[in-house]
Amino acid sequence: MDTAEELAKQQRSISVAEFFEKNRQILGFDSAPRALITCVKEAVDNSLDACEDAGILPDIFVQIRRAGELYRVIVEDNGPGIVPSEIPKVFAKLLYGSRFHVLRQSRGQQGIGISAAVLYSQLTTGKPARITSRTSPERPARYVEVMINTAKNEPEIIREEDIDWERPRGTRVELDIEGSYVRGRRQSVYSYLKNVAIVNPHARITFVEPDGSTEKFERATELLPKRAYEIKPHPSGIELGELTKMLRYTERRKLSSFLKESFSSIGNIAAQEIIQNSGLDPSMDPRSLDYDQSKRLFEALRRIKLKSPPVDCLSPIGEDLIRSGLAKEYRVDFIATVSRPVSVYSGNPFVVEAGMGFGGELDRNGRVEILRFANRVPLIYQQGACAITHAIEGVSWKGYGLDQPGGGLPVGPAVILVHVASTNIPFTSESKDAIADIPEMLTEIDLALKEIGRKLRRFLAIQETLSERREKEEIIGRILPRMADKLADMLGLERPDISRVVARIMGNVLVRREIEQEDGRLRVCIEIENNTSSQRSFKLHEILPVEAEDLDPPARRVDMGDRYDYQWRIAIRAGERMAVRYMIKNHLQRMPEAVVEGLEPEIVTGARVLSDA
Amino acid sequence: MHDPESRLLGIARSLYDQFRDGTVPHLVLPTRTKKNIEYSTEDDVWVYGDQESVRSVKTIRGAKTLLKTVHLIDLLVKEHLRGNRASTLREIYYISENWDLAKFAEQAESDRLIEDLEIITGLQREDFHVRPEEDGAAVFGPLRIRERTRRGEREIHCQEDIGEAGYQIPFNVDFVEFLEHDARMVIAVETGGMYARLIENGFDEEFDAILVHLKGQPARSTRRFIKRLNTELGLPVAVFTDGDPWSYRIYASVAYGAIKSAHLSEHLATPDAKFLGVQPTDIVEYNLSTDRLTDRDLHALRAELTDPRFGSDYWQKQIQLQIDLKKKAEQQAFAGKGLDFVTKRYLPERLSELGMA
Repeated sequence: MDTAEELAKQQRSISVAEFFEKNRQILGFDSAPRALITCVKEAVDNSLDACEDAGILPDIFVQIRRAGELYRVIVEDNGPGIVPSEIPKVFAKLLYGSRFHVLRQSRGQQGIGISAAVLYSQLTTGKPARITSRTSPERPARYVEVMINTAKNEPEIIREEDIDWERPRGTRVELDIEGSYVRGRRQSVYSYLKNVAIVNPHARITFVEPDGSTEKFERATELLPKRAYEIKPHPSGIELGELTKMLRYTERRKLSSFLKESFSSIGNIAAQEIIQNSGLDPSMDPRSLDYDQSKRLFEALRRIKLKSPPVDCLSPIGEDLIRSGLAKEYRVDFIATVSRPVSVYSGNPFVVEAGMGFGGELDRNGRVEILRFANRVPLIYQQGACAITHAIEGVSWKGYGLDQPGGGLPVGPAVILVHVASTNIPFTSESKDAIADIPEMLTEIDLALKEIGRKLRRFLAIQETLSERREKEEIIGRILPRMADKLADMLGLERPDISRVVARIMGNVLVRREIEQEDGRLRVCIEIENNTSSQRSFKLHEILPVEAEDLDPPARRVDMGDRYDYQWRIAIRAGERMAVRYMIKNHLQRMPEAVVEGLEPEIVTGARVLSDA
Repeated sequence: MHDPESRLLGIARSLYDQFRDGTVPHLVLPTRTKKNIEYSTEDDVWVYGDQESVRSVKTIRGAKTLLKTVHLIDLLVKEHLRGNRASTLREIYYISENWDLAKFAEQAESDRLIEDLEIITGLQREDFHVRPEEDGAAVFGPLRIRERTRRGEREIHCQEDIGEAGYQIPFNVDFVEFLEHDARMVIAVETGGMYARLIENGFDEEFDAILVHLKGQPARSTRRFIKRLNTELGLPVAVFTDGDPWSYRIYASVAYGAIKSAHLSEHLATPDAKFLGVQPTDIVEYNLSTDRLTDRDLHALRAELTDPRFGSDYWQKQIQLQIDLKKKAEQQAFAGKGLDFVTKRYLPERLSELGMA
């Protein structure tokens, strides 16, 4: 026998289940603590997706219980339920799912997740998965115990029956697994659920830990996220093989209508241009294209400039919900959010959103906390390998007010959230832990972070000004008056007028009036000093009960019946001083305060300010 | 004669005038760091240089400090000078309890403000009736003095009329008058153990020495007393300390003045004072038992290399040697060679090197 024949004998197809049995790490079951998180994650992802598809506000119950040496994971939702005939395939057949062939954003994509969890449970404990599901209050709930036949990748039903269930609708998954429960770490079921709650503020999640303690992540909104719609593929991401497959199976009979109906972003004009560039006949039957013709069409498709794919296939969280999500899980002084416009990499539309919480109860000395999300799913492992982390490290945070000792992640009281939504998230591996460094994506994340940074810088600048202002108010309001009193008392002198010093310290416009007796008349001098950093123009009013004389500079006089309003137009440059003088007859009435019109009250010391209103 | 009240009120008046004239109230003081001390060739001591810092009410710190200064002046003028009372530095810190906004955060703050007032007025805290809480240190030797005490004058001979502990220096050294002496030198000793050893061994009698116990970093009164022994009686002074960086600072404050009180150097410093030991070279030469230098010690030694008071070749060499040795030795380490070694061998050798015996 030849070698080839010898080898051919050894070749046989292996089932996917067998394959994954030998490669469990790529699905996220590589360590005991991680396996537990992954099981919870797969079940919760399914629940959230199902609720959103059905337009139901998710109410998810997660419980982890010790069962002897094992852990029992229970995840229950109020979703639409699964029809009894589908239950075994959904949970016990790998690569069975409703989303793989559909181009729209969803958490699960490939129909592996939950059945992989079932498989893991089966491999480590030998026990079946126990599923309860109910689609309507009018029907009974279906209870199924199911296992996977790993050789055939087919479900094997151990037991099934109709049962009573207190929920009118929903699905409950119960798995026994070999795992290990950790808490208080970034990589724990608790923090995974907390992160889920942040980006799914429309969901209520109740979590019961093995020790019986219950944590409720309450919803922050009653609004469901915008539904993501299915779209047709965008030509710029298509591959030749995919194109030939589409050509062969299309129901269109003309090339031009095939192009318009099978792709997004192709209209009449674009279709004509593509066909012209490929030198083909628009009325050709798409199924009749040979390899060479297909290739020409492919080249033309790649070369043509088309508008971006439509965005309604994506479901970003939105700035408002990012804000409320962060606000409900972190106590901070400041939250900034950013939502970038839709962008495309290899034909896949994607959108980047970011949020930052700053100050409050966050740790001031440690590295910032990073929350990574892809299609609303928290990414917990392999932070160092992720494009989000790399983009954060690539920003120079010093300029935005965060320390960044030795480069890398910034240090300070901040939490940074980045969400990438796409019809196809480019993960670095099948375990979906980290987003690959796609240049278009890195650029978008970078732009989002810098926008957040600018908002942070603005916030910090305002805080700085406010605290300077407060400090100065403390000086002028409490310390200086005390000092002046004490000095006057000690020296046996009159209390000195501190208004000039106050105006200088505050950087204000000083308006200070001094009155002296002179030959039975009063000599009035109003000193004006501009301590601000720019020129100031305003009107100065003196409202007097008697007529004034020797006005210097001259003033406009408005008679007000029993009083006179003398008005000066003042223009004074930064740092300059001037004086307004006049004489009046001695009179017994108290002089009312001088009035300034046309300046903000905060920058005037020594006079009343006439408000604009 | 100086008038403390009018000088203190002068400070208050200048602040008052600044308010009246619309100048942001402030005080100008020499900068009190080692970067701003200079050698005064006139008095052979280290004094503050030309660098000045302005303390103004523009910042909240400055404003609070000036308010505290005003309160302090008020206390000194009204209670101390007009009421003829005195307080210790610590009492002043406690008195500020009632000044709310102007309360001192710690005693170091009120101590520093008192020093500031000394600098601005050119007076000493005794002039404001402020006294330190620590006692002056002790003196033992062939010296007869007269002290003016609250209960009358006392004549005391510092060997014959006192116990083994010696004569205690009062906080105001101006109340002491030197009557007569048979001394040829003054030895200032850092530790009580060595001071007692020298007395027990009869070193004061054998070498006609006045022994002064420094008690660690010496109080102003101790430094003033040594200064007067040196200038009024013409006695040479040698300082005998442990061999570590902190002890060199003790010597420096006796000989050159302290950074904190450089404004008083001309009253307190004895520029003629010599450093007797323990020198780093002694560690090698006498093979003394040693301890390892700690990180703090090393840090202090390196700081001294840049301190202008230790700028001489002698000190640069000694300090560098110690950094290389990474060792320090105590005065009492001589006991390892026998209890008489220090008086029979080490001190006579060192004093003859210094030209004092």
